[in-house]
Amino acid sequence: MIKKIFIFFLSSFVSLLAQNYALVHGEVYTVTNGIIKQGTVLISDGKIIDVGKNISIPDDYEKIDCTNLKIYPGLIDAGSAIGLVEIGSLPETIDNLELGDFNPNVQTLTAINPNSVLIPVNRAGGVTTVLSEPQGSLFTGQSSLINLFGFTPEQMAVKKIAGLHLVFPSKGRVSSFDKSALKEREKRFTRQMENLDELWVMAENYNRNYQKAKLNNELHLFKKNFRFDPFISLFEKEVALVITVNRDTDILRAIDWTKNKNINVIFSGVTEGWRVAKQIADAKIPCLVGPILSLPTRPEDRYDRPYTNPKFLYEAGVTIAFRTGESSNVRNLPFHTAKSIAYGLPEDVGLKALTIFPAQIFGVDNLIGSIEKGKIANIVVTDNNILEINSQTKYLFINGKNVSLENRQQELYEKFRKRD
Amino acid sequence: MGVSMKSNKLLLIIFLLLNSFLVSQEYTLIKNGNLLTVANGKMLATDLLIKDGKIYKIGKNLSSPAGTKIIDASDYFVMPGIIDAHSHMAIEDGVNEATNPITSEVKIEDAIEHDDISLYRALAGGVTTIHTMHGSANVIGGQCETLKLRYGKNPAELIFQNAPRTIKFALGENPIRVHGRGNNIHPRSRMGIEQIIRQAFLDAKQYKKEWEDFKNNQTLIQPKKDLRLEALVDVLDGEMIIHCHAYRSDEIIMLLNVLKEFDIKKVIFQHVLEGYKVAKELAEFGAYASSFADWWSYKFEVYYAIAHNPAILTNYGVITSINSDSPNLVRYLNLEAAKSMRYGNLNEDEALRLITINPAIQLGIDKSVGSLEVGKDADIAIFNRHPLSSFSRCEMTLIDGKIYFDRKNDPNDMRLNVNPNLPVGFDSFSNTLNDFFYNFCMDEFD
Repeated sequence: MIKKIFIFFLSSFVSLLAQNYALVHGEVYTVTNGIIKQGTVLISDGKIIDVGKNISIPDDYEKIDCTNLKIYPGLIDAGSAIGLVEIGSLPETIDNLELGDFNPNVQTLTAINPNSVLIPVNRAGGVTTVLSEPQGSLFTGQSSLINLFGFTPEQMAVKKIAGLHLVFPSKGRVSSFDKSALKEREKRFTRQMENLDELWVMAENYNRNYQKAKLNNELHLFKKNFRFDPFISLFEKEVALVITVNRDTDILRAIDWTKNKNINVIFSGVTEGWRVAKQIADAKIPCLVGPILSLPTRPEDRYDRPYTNPKFLYEAGVTIAFRTGESSNVRNLPFHTAKSIAYGLPEDVGLKALTIFPAQIFGVDNLIGSIEKGKIANIVVTDNNILEINSQTKYLFINGKNVSLENRQQELYEKFRKRD
Repeated sequence: MGVSMKSNKLLLIIFLLLNSFLVSQEYTLIKNGNLLTVANGKMLATDLLIKDGKIYKIGKNLSSPAGTKIIDASDYFVMPGIIDAHSHMAIEDGVNEATNPITSEVKIEDAIEHDDISLYRALAGGVTTIHTMHGSANVIGGQCETLKLRYGKNPAELIFQNAPRTIKFALGENPIRVHGRGNNIHPRSRMGIEQIIRQAFLDAKQYKKEWEDFKNNQTLIQPKKDLRLEALVDVLDGEMIIHCHAYRSDEIIMLLNVLKEFDIKKVIFQHVLEGYKVAKELAEFGAYASSFADWWSYKFEVYYAIAHNPAILTNYGVITSINSDSPNLVRYLNLEAAKSMRYGNLNEDEALRLITINPAIQLGIDKSVGSLEVGKDADIAIFNRHPLSSFSRCEMTLIDGKIYFDRKNDPNDMRLNVNPNLPVGFDSFSNTLNDFFYNFCMDEFD
């Protein structure tokens, strides 16, 4: 009994001490409702309880003075390998890639290492949430939208299955190391396109049979195939098909390919989107663009095409979000966006494309992406514009937890800056 | 008739004289810009007058002769052209002569691709000078070249005149992977690397002695010419400066010890991502460091790299630069420099030095470039905002006072050579091209 009381006392003590925060006197970038000067944000039980001016602060809230500081919703990287790839050159540490053309059943959430050294280093840069995406060929697997804090993958998950991923066939070179002849690439493309269409028919058939069985209350008779199961939530529009596509001709082919398929589609990469921005906008397909800090895809292209790409997409009416495609330097996400702002994207749109737009694209804008009452308390406090390199993160909240900014790089810095 | 012939001749002479006068005296005035001089701090709303490709005057309301080209830089920021001490641009298909752990005889000079579009793209990021290097496949690689990005000129005209000769060395994973694991020869470990360098220097010493003996008539037999050893003799004599690819602190110390053994005084460590652990030793030796801003964890030897590396090295007094090693990263070295303020609290001036005067010192060209000072080459980058802001954009880049990039007059397609037989988009990529897709150092091996 005493033990029980003690535990009760302890747990309530901890919750009193650690769960309720009042961020006061800060400049609050709500993203959805403008900027509040001298604003207050109340955080309790993992959620944003209130935000605004002149809010009374209950006694059991720990006050955090944010005078001269800026308060933002946590940034979202709409395409990352963090937690899946630890050391780029060591296959033993790479878990975002399966063999073969057909892996719709694999899930990145399975392989995320919550204790990756890379996670604390990168979240200190203000990125609280990432789309953890699979790599590979054709159907690469299911991505997960995760917070960069948690002791298990499940604790990290905002949306366990965020998308079903497809790398669209292309005749383009895969990388600078790809010296294959155009003929070879065309062959590869044709084979993959045939493969894709064949698999798609099988997926549609599977879904048709499933829906029929469901309608007739005969699901117990339905012969399940776990590799095709992920397509059901795709056809039921619970998840979207995230298509990695970059070249203009591939983008147009992908738009055409998705027509009449009656599914939700998101494009990822979209490096040459500026060439066909109108067609993407007309098809109403949102785009996860980036990395922005990259090279033009063709030698004849203007030097700043990767930088201006988001602007052209936005002006055409496409909903955009930013992705780094990174594991080690997700922390540079805001600088990718800043670059596209320097080259013409409005700054407020840039900030939205790091927060509320990706939340909307993945259907979690009721949970994250802005500082609004009732949302998950993913919040970053900085001493300068969060998109400026010369800014420092002062506080970071994920799921309402005041997450430490300590990380191994910081530790090594402290250790070696003054050594014997 | 005769008279008019004479006066015609006279006119011609006058015309020629006038012409040579006009050609040799070319003025450009960069008006009213915020100068980030690097040498003498910030000078707001100040003019900079260029004469014949050199910085001629710096000051307020400068007057200039009639016919001066005027560049209005009001509200803009004018800085010395950015210098990248580690590049593989203009040698895309010739980075590594990976056929032997020692290839000191090969020269980048022989393989320059002046029409590499990357050069123009770098200009558009405010870069004016690069050190284009042999790759890191060999323990002792080839001889490197310092280039000015005079895009449009032929290879010989790209070469930075009177820049000291440099040579690439490489420690750690890359030579071990190529030769030890790839070819089953030394080096298979960091131990082996040390002995390869030591043996090479011993051989070079011996070679040098043989030639000296021959020249002093101590022996009548002429030694055989060996280009490989000859290059290493130049290293021993301090005539060719070592730029050594290194990551881990132990291998950095190793090389310092070997260099002391052979009385070699000068070395620039490239990458040097664990330099922060031995900043004290680097400072004591007088070694220089050329680092990435924040790249790490792309292989095991950089798992313990930290973004505070340039700041720690700087604070210990090591002349430090930030480099790109990439045709992508080179386009925003100003932002990479700004990261030293974010990680390690360097001030603006220290951050700017990392991409201007410090790499110039490392390449031995600081007498002519790296700061805005009277008498120096007019290699200049103009940004619309402070170049250390992530919202900044390069507007114009000049080399020797000549405009090589102007955002307002950028013709989009800047290729020098176009193959009409290739279909449009033939060379395009299906992937986004960012940094370590493109780690040129090990091109052809990954």
